[in-house]
Amino acid sequence: MQKYAINIAFFAGCLLIVLAAQFGMVDLYVQSVIMFMGINIILSSSLNIVNGYMGEFSCGHAAFMCVGAYVSSVITVVLFAQNKIFGAPILPPDMAVFFMPLAILAGGVVAALVGILVAVPSFKTRGDYLAIITIAVNYMVISGIENLEIIGGSRGFMGMKQVVYAMGDVVDIPWMMIWTILGTVFTIWIIRRFVSSTYGKGISAICQDEIAAEIMSVNTNKMKLVAFMLSSGLAGVAGGLFAHVIGYVNPQSFNILKSTECMVMVYLGGMGSLSGSVLSAVLFTLLLEALRPLQIVKWVIIPLILVLLMQFRPEGILGNKELSDVFPRLKRYFRFK
Amino acid sequence: MEALFQNIINALQWGSFYALIALGYTLVYGVLLLINFAHGDIFMVGAYIAFGVSVFVLGTQGLDLPNWAILACGVPLTMVLTAGVGVTLERIAYRPLRRKGAHRLYVVITALMCGLILENGNLALLGASRKKFPELMEKTIWTFGNVSVTNLKVIVIVAAFATFAFLNFIVTRTRIGMAMRAVSYDKFAIPLMGIPVDTVIVFTFVLGSGFAGLAGMLFAMSYPILEPYMGALIGWKAFIAAVVGGIGDIRGAFVGGFLLGFIEVGVVAVFPSTFRDLIAFSILLLILWIKPTGLFGVARHQKI
Repeated sequence: MQKYAINIAFFAGCLLIVLAAQFGMVDLYVQSVIMFMGINIILSSSLNIVNGYMGEFSCGHAAFMCVGAYVSSVITVVLFAQNKIFGAPILPPDMAVFFMPLAILAGGVVAALVGILVAVPSFKTRGDYLAIITIAVNYMVISGIENLEIIGGSRGFMGMKQVVYAMGDVVDIPWMMIWTILGTVFTIWIIRRFVSSTYGKGISAICQDEIAAEIMSVNTNKMKLVAFMLSSGLAGVAGGLFAHVIGYVNPQSFNILKSTECMVMVYLGGMGSLSGSVLSAVLFTLLLEALRPLQIVKWVIIPLILVLLMQFRPEGILGNKELSDVFPRLKRYFRFK
Repeated sequence: MEALFQNIINALQWGSFYALIALGYTLVYGVLLLINFAHGDIFMVGAYIAFGVSVFVLGTQGLDLPNWAILACGVPLTMVLTAGVGVTLERIAYRPLRRKGAHRLYVVITALMCGLILENGNLALLGASRKKFPELMEKTIWTFGNVSVTNLKVIVIVAAFATFAFLNFIVTRTRIGMAMRAVSYDKFAIPLMGIPVDTVIVFTFVLGSGFAGLAGMLFAMSYPILEPYMGALIGWKAFIAAVVGGIGDIRGAFVGGFLLGFIEVGVVAVFPSTFRDLIAFSILLLILWIKPTGLFGVARHQKI
C-alpha cells in the first residue's frame, strides 16, 4: 500500500482538478493557469534532458514547440473544422475526441524529426557552437513558418477552438484539461523511465566525460540523437497542447523569449533534476501570473532572478538531486533510481 | 550590372555593421572563452547613448553645438560611455562568477539574461515609442551612372576597415595584445607570470564595447529610428557571423561579418525579402556542419 500511496494521491489530485473544472468550482482563468502549468512542466522537463542530463546548452527549445503546435493544429483543423482555406471538415467533428491525442502525438513526432537538425551537428560539436546551431534553428523554424502563406504566415493560425468545442459537444467535460494532464503524466513517466534506465545512463555519461563514455562502449552519437529527438518530440507535444488550449498560434509566440522561459525553468529547478523541473515550472507559472500586472517590467525581473540565482545558488532549487534525496523520508513512498 | 554594383555597396555597408559587432564578440571570446550574449544589446545601448549625447548633451536640448562639433565630440563620448556600460557589466555580473570559478555555462546564462535586462529595462524606462535620431550630416549622394553612394555608406565601410586594422594592430603588435593572446592561451599560468589578468579582461571589454558604441552611433545615423529590440536580432546575427568566421579570431569575425552581409543582400536581391533570415541562417548552418570550428577557427584538442 505504501508503495502505491504516491500514485494514488497523485491520481486523486488529478481527478479532483478535473472534477473542480467540471462543476465550475474554479473559474476559467484558474483552469488556464493549471493547464499552462502542465505545458510548462512538459517544456522544462523535456529541455532538462538535453541541458541538464546531457550537459549541452540548447537555447532554441521553442522551435520544436512551434513545429508541434503548427502540425497538430493543422491536422485537427483540416480534419474536424470548417476553414476558409481547407474547406469543410473531412471527418465528422465528433471523432475529434479519439483523434486529438493522435494529432498531438503526430505534432510531437514531426518535432522530433526536426530535432535531427540539431542532433546531427551535435555529433561533431559541443558547447558554444551547438548553442549557436540551436538558436539558428529557432530562427529558421519561425522564419520558415512565417513564409508559409497557406497556414496564415505571420498572421498566425486559428480554428482550433472549433475542434475543442466539437469535443465538448460529444461529452461535456473539460477535455483540454484532461489531455494536458495526460500529456504531463506521459512526459514525466517517459523521462523518468528513460533517465533512470541503464540505457539512459549513457546520457549522464556523456555529460560527465564524452571521451570516457565512448571508451566505455556508450554509443555517443546514438545517445545524442535519442536525447535530442526525445527532448524535441516532447516539446512538440507541449506545443500541440498549447495551441489547442489557446486556440490561436502565431510564429512570433515561439521566439527566443519563449526559449528563454524554458531555460529559466530548467536552471531554476536545477539541472538534471526531474522533480526540480516540475517544481520550478509550477513556481514559474505562478510567478508569471503574479507579475502579469507589471507588463514589461516582468521581463526585467525574471532575468534578474536568474542572474541572482547564478551568483548565489547556481545549481538551482534542487540541483542534480531529486526530492527524495533532499527529504529522505519520502523514499518510503517513491524511489527515483 | 549596375544593380550588382549597388547591391555590392549595400552588402558592404551591412557587412560593416555585422563586422563591427562581431569583432566585439570575438575579442571577448578570444580572451575569456565566454560568449558575451549581451553584446548585441550593448550595441543597442550604444545607439541610445549616441541619441542621448547628440540630442540632450551636445545637441538641441543641451549645449546646442553645430553639427560638425556634435560629431567630433559625440563619437568619442559615445564610445567611452558604451565602454563604461560594458565594463560595468563585466564588473557586476561576470567577475564575481569568475572569482568563484563557476562553470562556464553559468556565465553564459548570466550574459544572456543581462542582455534581456538591458533590452526590457530600456523598454520599461523609455517606453516603446521609437526615437528619431537627428540628422548630423548633410547627405551628399554621388551617382555613377545608376549606382548611388551616400557619404554615410562610405564612412561606415571605412570605419569598419579602420577598426579592423586598429584591432589587428593592437592584438598582434602591442604588449597588451600579447597579454590578451596569452590569457586565452593559458588562463592558469598567466597570473604567475605577473600579468594582471583582470586589467587585460577589462581592456578587452573596453575595446569590444567601445566599438559596439561606434557601430551603434553609425547605425543610428544610417537608419535613424531607434527601438529597444534593434540590438537583439543584429546581435545574434553578428554573433553567428563571428562563429562562422571562427570565433576568437579577429580576421574570422571580419570575414564572417562581410560574408553574412553579402549573403543577406544577395538573398534579398534574388528571393522575396521575407526569406532573408531563413536562407541566411540555413547557409550558416551548412557552413557550421561542414566546418564545425568556423572558417579560421582552430580545433582545440582535448586531452583525456
